[in-house]
Amino acid sequence: MIRTGILFLAGFSVALSAGWWSVPRLLYRTEPQPAQFSHIAHTGEKGGMSCEDCHSFRADGTFAGIPKLETCAACHSAPMGETQAEKDFIARFVEPGVEPEWKVYSRQPDNAWFPHSAHVLRGKVACEKCHGEIGKSDRLPVYRVHRFTGYPEDVMGKRAGPLGLKRAGGMRMDDCVACHRQNRIEHSCLDCHK
Amino acid sequence: MRKLGAENKTARYAMLIDLDRCNGCGACMVACAVENNVPPPQPSATPRTGLNWLRVFRLNTGGRDAFIPVMCMQCGDETPCQSVCPQKAVEFDPATGIVGQIPERCLGCRYCMAACPYQARVFNWWDPQWPAGMEQALNPRVSARQRGTVEKCNFCHGRWQAALEKAAQDGESGPVRYTPACAEACPAQAIRFGDLNDEEFAAECRDSGAFRLLESLGTGPKVFYRTSRAEVREATRGFGEVKRG
Repeated sequence: MIRTGILFLAGFSVALSAGWWSVPRLLYRTEPQPAQFSHIAHTGEKGGMSCEDCHSFRADGTFAGIPKLETCAACHSAPMGETQAEKDFIARFVEPGVEPEWKVYSRQPDNAWFPHSAHVLRGKVACEKCHGEIGKSDRLPVYRVHRFTGYPEDVMGKRAGPLGLKRAGGMRMDDCVACHRQNRIEHSCLDCHK
Repeated sequence: MRKLGAENKTARYAMLIDLDRCNGCGACMVACAVENNVPPPQPSATPRTGLNWLRVFRLNTGGRDAFIPVMCMQCGDETPCQSVCPQKAVEFDPATGIVGQIPERCLGCRYCMAACPYQARVFNWWDPQWPAGMEQALNPRVSARQRGTVEKCNFCHGRWQAALEKAAQDGESGPVRYTPACAEACPAQAIRFGDLNDEEFAAECRDSGAFRLLESLGTGPKVFYRTSRAEVREATRGFGEVKRG
């Protein structure tokens, strides 16, 4: 009887651990980014740039998100440093004029609306609050996308905060609602949904 | 207390429609459908099962016909659709006065459609489909709704969001000003859109010539009509008996 119990517990824990380990891996698929990118090389002492220098607002208040090739090419028409990643980027994208198709970690579902201008410009919310300390990373995090929905892990699954850097507030609906409640900002569904 | 979009100030958006100006051209209906990603009707759709957030009715007054655009009235008091929804999929936003429909929550029971005295709500009997190439022209500000959900006019909420984004960029506070697609498209400028908290606009809506449909129900509709023709006004009294289509 005891032996059966031990066997059952052992089998149960093995099955549970295997499931715990494998299900998140099965649920998400890893996709490569078109090129490697170091934020810290740009925002650190050497680069001295701020988030807004590349991730800018348009005149109508919308957020431009990941910069287009022309923003990169403004500085990197020729190699500025010694790294192979930069040389590769110039050879593959800048010289032929091919727009790199970056995968967006924070791409929200179609029915969600997030006004960066209302949060960053009016609300003075720091970028790191939601995006984590991505600006201090020296390589891009692994881009993992949910197999069923096609949305990235930062939006669908665990909270943002890749690379072991300081964890962010997150970009799931729960995270938005939690912050809005904490700051006593009333919200109706259509404040954020379209 | 509300900070987003309006520094503790609220708006009560409303429409004032001049029936003397409306010539029934239907430009507002087309503009509404394009703005809000309302798909073209399925071949088997009928006037009852097709999708229209805004319909222009012809009023038979005995003499010269009149036309009356009817959309969701954004009822502010005891909002009938909101009170019956078992899913909390209808939400009156006190900050804008807009009655929001949340398709993600809607289970398609259509109780709200039965409750709406204006028949302003429509049901998606089919998944939206656009002719090849037309999906390129969809409005990214508005999410398409799926089969089995109810939808309705929300005073072009996507435009409100766009205006809010611009206001935040420009450092402006207070309720934002914007124009819905129907008001923008009307060639006769029959549809005016404004904020009832704006004294000038409110005074025009309170004008003795202005009236609302089925006002006696006490639902506080926020679409006002105006006409100088007594027979047109008389004809609107029987609105509840107007058949669809």
